[in-house]
Amino acid sequence: MTLSFAIIAALIIAAATAAMTLRNLVHSALAVAIAFAGLASAYLQLGAQFVGLTQILVYVGAVAILIVFAVLLTRGGEAPEKSVFSASWFWGAAIATSVFALLACAINHSFASKRALPPQPSATVEQIGQDLMTKFVLPLEVIGLLLTAALIGAVIIAMRDESPKSKIEDGGSKMDKTSGPSSILHPPSSSGGHQ
Amino acid sequence: MPDLDQIFVNLKHWLLGQLEGILSASWLELVSILLSLVPILIVFPTLFAIMTIMERKGLGRIQNRYGPNRVGPFGFLQPAADGIKALIKEDLVPRAADKVVHLLAPVILVVTAFTVYAVLPIGRNMVVLDLDAGLLFFFAVGAASDLAVFMAGWAIRNKYALLGAMRAVAQMVSYEIPLILSSVAVVMITGTLSLPEIVMAQSTHFGFLPDWFVFTPWGFAGFLLFMIAANAEANRSPFDLPEGESEIIAGYFIEYSGFKFALFFLAEYLSLFAICGLGITLFLGGWNAPFAGLEFIPSWAWFFLKLITLMCLFIWTRGTLPRLRQDQLMNLAWKFMIPMVLINLVAAALWHFTGPGFMRWLTSGALLIVAHLFLGNPQFERKDIGKRTYRFAE
Repeated sequence: MTLSFAIIAALIIAAATAAMTLRNLVHSALAVAIAFAGLASAYLQLGAQFVGLTQILVYVGAVAILIVFAVLLTRGGEAPEKSVFSASWFWGAAIATSVFALLACAINHSFASKRALPPQPSATVEQIGQDLMTKFVLPLEVIGLLLTAALIGAVIIAMRDESPKSKIEDGGSKMDKTSGPSSILHPPSSSGGHQ
Repeated sequence: MPDLDQIFVNLKHWLLGQLEGILSASWLELVSILLSLVPILIVFPTLFAIMTIMERKGLGRIQNRYGPNRVGPFGFLQPAADGIKALIKEDLVPRAADKVVHLLAPVILVVTAFTVYAVLPIGRNMVVLDLDAGLLFFFAVGAASDLAVFMAGWAIRNKYALLGAMRAVAQMVSYEIPLILSSVAVVMITGTLSLPEIVMAQSTHFGFLPDWFVFTPWGFAGFLLFMIAANAEANRSPFDLPEGESEIIAGYFIEYSGFKFALFFLAEYLSLFAICGLGITLFLGGWNAPFAGLEFIPSWAWFFLKLITLMCLFIWTRGTLPRLRQDQLMNLAWKFMIPMVLINLVAAALWHFTGPGFMRWLTSGALLIVAHLFLGNPQFERKDIGKRTYRFAE
């Protein structure tokens, strides 16, 4: 274990703990973003350039933003009154510890942990690209299809609200045509572009 | 003249050679890193100072006024006065603000703005970090600045700031897609993500024209789309809704004063320079000279010449175009830019597989022109907003 790994690991654990314990939801979201960035630096430290940079691009750039948007758009961001710890924290901790001990024991005794480490493959960005476009092209296409389906589904869910509102807007524009100048009194609704 | 071209590289090697006997290897490495970083930390903020005065002069010219003309000859020392003003102003933090996040937001913004310069080749052999995945690094670090903008808007507990931050984040997330996809076309053709190698791929000549990607159909379309998206990423006019002075006062940095405000300003310009630099690297041949006869001018000078030209283009757009409405902004991104960028990828693939000759120009050019005819103007009209009529004006 090198010093840089120790620093990164401490950062990730501290950020993850902060994300769990902080009262304010936005603070928690920002702490999660720090944990994501810490994970990315751990990947970079291990020499996985592509995974590390993609981790930053996707998780810090997009997922953290998504979390923050979800927090702000769903409910008020005020801190909860009660403690964030459940009243039965003792039993929770006991169960968590025993499950962890069981899993650690199982992993430690499994044949996978006794296998010799395979030689480290060189995973340059170019090689990953070649493999994705030749050997793993079918999984890539399937994931693309899945994401497209999810995108269309999200658009359909978002569109359902739109139908009564568009009627109102049509009515508004008719009124504008008859009464002429009043159109300057109706500012354009800004909801049109939001996804 | 190779000496002038490599003057900074040779200077660094000479300095390191002088220190070799005095310092140990690990210290020498540190000095080498510093010698690469410090020039960037000096040159680009200086360029920022020059650009602010040029922008204010240029905008003044466009708006038929003088612009700053009091400090120094023709007002050209105005940036120094601005800097001193920002430093000695009181740093106000609103009582309701979230102090830590309030402080961190401009710092993160400036740090990310500086970090992207690490992979930008500003001259022959002049890149701090020659990463395999340089382009990916650029976009990954750039994406982290979205969160800083949100932090700034949220920490102040001001509804205008929050509105501005939401607008900014929505805009940056939307325009990041065309920005990245338009550079993917270049990656498809060159087959590399390393920025120095992309520059090298454009160093040959085609007749008297240089082999820059902007002189191909897909490269031209890609360059225009890239520049529009870059303008939106930088939140500059005509995409300056997040700042919208007349609606939400200054958007996400409304409650920042003194040096923190200057940091926002600095970060905005630094990221604009960086993204212009990326546009130059991807489409305008990087540090290559346009004609073989002009290669006596050093490579870094070409890079900065191109950078200043692009910045003048940005100042011109800022001075002459009106601000978009929110729905127009989103329509432009989702209904025009993204389909156009995807079609541009097909055009680049056609270009690659047709092979050299006249046919590749015809096929990929025709595809892009037809796509533009179908995706262009008609769908930006909003049918429910009638023609605007005025009661008290003509």
